[in-house]
Amino acid sequence: MSYDVPRTDDEVDPTLAGTEGSPLWEVFIRADRGLNHVHVGSLHAPDAATALHHARDVYTRRKEGVSIWVVPSSAITATDPHDATDWFGSEHPYRHPTFYEIPEEVGHM
Amino acid sequence: MTPEERFDALIGEDLKIEPRDPMPDAYRATMIRQIAQHAHSEVIGMQPEGNWITRAPSLKRKAILIAKVQDEAGHGLYLYSAAETLGVSRAELVDLLHEGRQKYSSIFNYPTLTWADIGAIGWLVDGAAITNQVMLTRTSYGPYSRAMIRICKEESFHQRQGYEIMRVLSEGTDAQRAMAQDALDRWWWPSLMMFGPPDAESTHTVQSMAWKIKLETNDQLRQRFIDATVPQAEYLGLKVPDPDLAWNTETGHYDVGPIDWDEFWSVVKGDGPCNKERSAHKVGVWEEHAWVREAAAAHAAKARTAAASA
Ligand SMILES: [Fe+2]
Ligand SMILES: [Fe+2]
Repeated sequence: MSYDVPRTDDEVDPTLAGTEGSPLWEVFIRADRGLNHVHVGSLHAPDAATALHHARDVYTRRKEGVSIWVVPSSAITATDPHDATDWFGSEHPYRHPTFYEIPEEVGHM
Repeated sequence: MTPEERFDALIGEDLKIEPRDPMPDAYRATMIRQIAQHAHSEVIGMQPEGNWITRAPSLKRKAILIAKVQDEAGHGLYLYSAAETLGVSRAELVDLLHEGRQKYSSIFNYPTLTWADIGAIGWLVDGAAITNQVMLTRTSYGPYSRAMIRICKEESFHQRQGYEIMRVLSEGTDAQRAMAQDALDRWWWPSLMMFGPPDAESTHTVQSMAWKIKLETNDQLRQRFIDATVPQAEYLGLKVPDPDLAWNTETGHYDVGPIDWDEFWSVVKGDGPCNKERSAHKVGVWEEHAWVREAAAAHAAKARTAAASA
């Protein structure tokens, strides 16, 4: 397929040494007034001000946003996908409106 | 559930694999390799088109071409970011590219000889890339899929501006029409090769499809591209350079003549018209501008020290 070049003898696979070089930043963009900032991706930059400039160039070439946040990737604490069932698993159907039966005669509620 | 069972269950249910999910080492390695090659291709792909920025025939075409080339830089960056979620560093991937230890798409090892080549690249090369990338929006690795969705939104403009260049030339003087035909003649076959070797010889297709990295085979995608593109060439009044090209009423597809896979392999192995030039240019620019990276890092370090002592 397009960018899938067959393997040749001189090819080498990268190590899994992790990120190095300039710090990684997570980018959040507010698409318009009244909307949340939403995560759109990440980028490398030496400092926050440069990260903002890069974020504008990389992620908002077509007016995708009116506001940008950049956050050092290292500052993010995340849930562990292994524990997903413990964190998000329990069902509480009675928290949803469809759990309750309202007689048709009562009409919309 | 073991990590393997969890991975298989997610794939089985058509759910995305996300960066911190357990995944087989081979899946991770395949994904890294594919995304890195894709990123390298976007970046090297700026060169053949960048070649014409200063010589675009009008200010309008120049502005459009700059915007397109800038998009390709952005595509490379989205993809390096997606690769990094798998635990590799962009710095290492870039080093491997510079050392010739990782490849980029062979299509970018062909030269852009005339302005019509810019039209043919947008129409055919971006067209072929779109055919592939639309499939990849549904690929099983979340960050790659999201990068593809973003990229596909931008690619449509790339193909349309290319086709428009070809249309204007086709409706122009005899010399302009000849230039358009010559570009189609040179880019048609390499564009078909972009989809990779035929299914029978494509060794990793089966595994990639089992993991839902690919959802269609090289030959299926190539056929879709041919069926869409031939009528577009006819509209332009240009001739696809294939004497065997014919509509097959039984299959409902175009039949094409044999693809020269020897040429394909020779370009993959480094002997295409521009392999050396493309790498040399990439490495040269990287080294020449090292001072920019060094200055930015020094500035950031100085600002941190100043903030700490304030
Ligand atoms: Fe692209
Ligand atoms: Fe493109």
